[in-house]
Amino acid sequence: MQLTPKHKQYWRKNLRLTAGLLAIWFGITFGVTWFARELQAITFFGFPFPYYMAAQGALLVYVFLVGYYAYRMDKLDRENGVQEDL
Amino acid sequence: MATPSQSQFFSLLKRYYSLYTGGVIGFVVMLSILEQMGVPNKILGYIFLGVTVLLYASIGILSRTSDVTEYYVAGRRVPALFNGMATAADWMSAASFIGLAGTLYLSGYEGLAFVMGWTGGYCLVALFLAPYLRKFGQFTIPDFLGTRYGGDFPRMIGVFAAILCSFTYVIAQIYGLGLIVSRFTGLDFGVGVFVGLGSILVCSFLGGMRAVTWTQVAQYVILIVAYMIPVIWLSVKHTGNPVPQIAYGYVLEKVGAREKVLNDPLTSEGASEAEVRAVFKQQQTEAEQALKALETGGESYLADEKNKLSVLIETLKSNPNADAEEIRAAEKRMAEFPVNAAAATVAWRMQAESNKVKAEPITPHAEPFAGEDEEARDKKRKNFLALVLCLMVGTAALPHILMRFYTTTSVREARQSVFWSLLFISLLYVTAPALAVLAKYDIYTLLVGSSFSELPSWVSAWAAVDKTLMSVTDINKDGIVQLAEITIGGDLIVLAMPEIAGLPYVVTALVAAGGLAAALSTADGLMLTIANALSHDLYYKIIDPKAPTHRRLAISKSLLVVVAVFAAYVTSLKPGDILFLVGAAFSLAASAFFPALVLGIFWKRANKWGAVIGMSAGLGTCMFYMYITYPFFGINAPLWWDINPISAGIFGMPVGIAGVIIGSLLTKAPSKEVQDLVDHVRYPRLAGDAEQRIP
Repeated sequence: MQLTPKHKQYWRKNLRLTAGLLAIWFGITFGVTWFARELQAITFFGFPFPYYMAAQGALLVYVFLVGYYAYRMDKLDRENGVQEDL
Repeated sequence: MATPSQSQFFSLLKRYYSLYTGGVIGFVVMLSILEQMGVPNKILGYIFLGVTVLLYASIGILSRTSDVTEYYVAGRRVPALFNGMATAADWMSAASFIGLAGTLYLSGYEGLAFVMGWTGGYCLVALFLAPYLRKFGQFTIPDFLGTRYGGDFPRMIGVFAAILCSFTYVIAQIYGLGLIVSRFTGLDFGVGVFVGLGSILVCSFLGGMRAVTWTQVAQYVILIVAYMIPVIWLSVKHTGNPVPQIAYGYVLEKVGAREKVLNDPLTSEGASEAEVRAVFKQQQTEAEQALKALETGGESYLADEKNKLSVLIETLKSNPNADAEEIRAAEKRMAEFPVNAAAATVAWRMQAESNKVKAEPITPHAEPFAGEDEEARDKKRKNFLALVLCLMVGTAALPHILMRFYTTTSVREARQSVFWSLLFISLLYVTAPALAVLAKYDIYTLLVGSSFSELPSWVSAWAAVDKTLMSVTDINKDGIVQLAEITIGGDLIVLAMPEIAGLPYVVTALVAAGGLAAALSTADGLMLTIANALSHDLYYKIIDPKAPTHRRLAISKSLLVVVAVFAAYVTSLKPGDILFLVGAAFSLAASAFFPALVLGIFWKRANKWGAVIGMSAGLGTCMFYMYITYPFFGINAPLWWDINPISAGIFGMPVGIAGVIIGSLLTKAPSKEVQDLVDHVRYPRLAGDAEQRIP
């Protein structure tokens, strides 16, 4: 079966979205943790910032990333006519 | 038979599970009334565990099926929300429910590697795997490898790796099961293992994935309620705020202030702490000296020491004024005296180690990578990040989790279902650090500084159950509890939390039932994965592709029993540290599956030989590193770049990725059909989908 240009565009957009969300995931997980000792002096809601991020902040970001991906891909499916229900 | 539409089915499920949740709450209320009326704790414990296990068993029996799609993937009609709950229960094991808060209590910031690792992995599941696997729409993970890469060889490696990591993981679950059942019913550990196992089998035996799914939803409700109640209570007690996740920042500050006081020898409390630590330091030095003397003196030194000890006992006994306590202590030492030099080396080295730990000042709870010097801190940071990465990638590669995304109705629902899973999981993972800090505050302020004559009742109760979980000894004989005099086992934090918070026994029983639900739900999913890999992939796909449906299911069910009994047998040998077993499973899965699965979807050029080489090299590297460095195997080779054996996946993953790429590029590109399959997987709806459907 032949893929149309629209199909290819859909896949490119998906890859771009995936890469973007992955970059946020990486920064929040490994970037913040790498500099944890340097960021220790900052307080956030009464917590030291790196502790807050590892115990709560990162988790909220993860939930958001996954939720946003589901929402955005659903829209992308429809825009490109690859959604499952017609 | 008329099947209800998906939306009818969904509202029916919502009604059933709302009623069920109400029922659980009613049941707890009813039991607390019974407790007020004076029913003994032991009976309450039995009722609680008995009723919940019966409940899971009846869901299992109601969901019995002999339909292949129902058995392997619950009919592919599990709504996203419920699949999220089931995945959450499947995911959260005894280690998460009981162990996590304890690890956080004991190691502070360090423990957060598990919190991040066990949640962040779902980003990878969502972005790289869940929607594509759902579109692929088969039954198992080796199915994907077999179809995408062609031939039985990749499928076989998949079967082997799936069994290896699921089995390692299931041992840890059954171990947790045995512990909970034996502790709350007084049965023997071995009996506990088999009782727990029986209830796992009833769930999955008759109804496969369908039964496991609906039991797991029920188990999620129990485990989350059980986890939340005591923490909320503790939070109200210490802060007046019923949302522990927000309130504990303030408590953390106070814990930090307490740590400073207790670490400062200029304050009176700090001085007593220093006094106790000096005693431990002394004991550490003694143990180290004895070790040295043993090295030079050998067996004769040991015999001399034993003689000295018996002379001491004699003199003590002949002296009418001798302290009875002292005689008992000496006799205990005599009874535990090592039989030979090898045993003595092990015992004394452990003594030196444990005293060394106790002689050290408190590490501040919120401090990242605490260490003596820059090098020690860097080493900790490296290991923290390596562990986080292994846990995350492992999450996105464990077959029992990925399998769950075959059960949703559509690709769209699969994506949403990852969101619900992560939300339900995060609920517990955000609470665990709060629990650890609240418990720490309680112990630092209420237990430390209290008098030995009026210890809280939970302290003596738990000390009587298990000395490694809780023990307090008056080391400096001042009659006051110092922090350094308290020994706490990690598992105590969750198990004893209701008593620490001053809640009735019913809540303790509820927490035990929650722990049981966590261990059972994960064990269910794992056992099914193992049995399916054997029956579907090995028997049906490779040995006898013409096997009729009823024989396939019969084989799957009998294998389930065989696997269960074998797993229970291995567990009864107590093969080691739970947390290590769990971590090992993640590293193994990360090295074996992740590269081949993700590249199989995102890189059309990946082919059979790439997958074979990548998977075996990744898995091989990971197993090899664990084998040479984990003390259990007795080789103790030097670590590579200071990475601990639990994070062996950090070496396995890159080797696996390189293996897939190099192996693929060296051999010819996959056929047109395989490339079409990749397109089929990438688009939720594509012309020609019907041809790709494999019966």
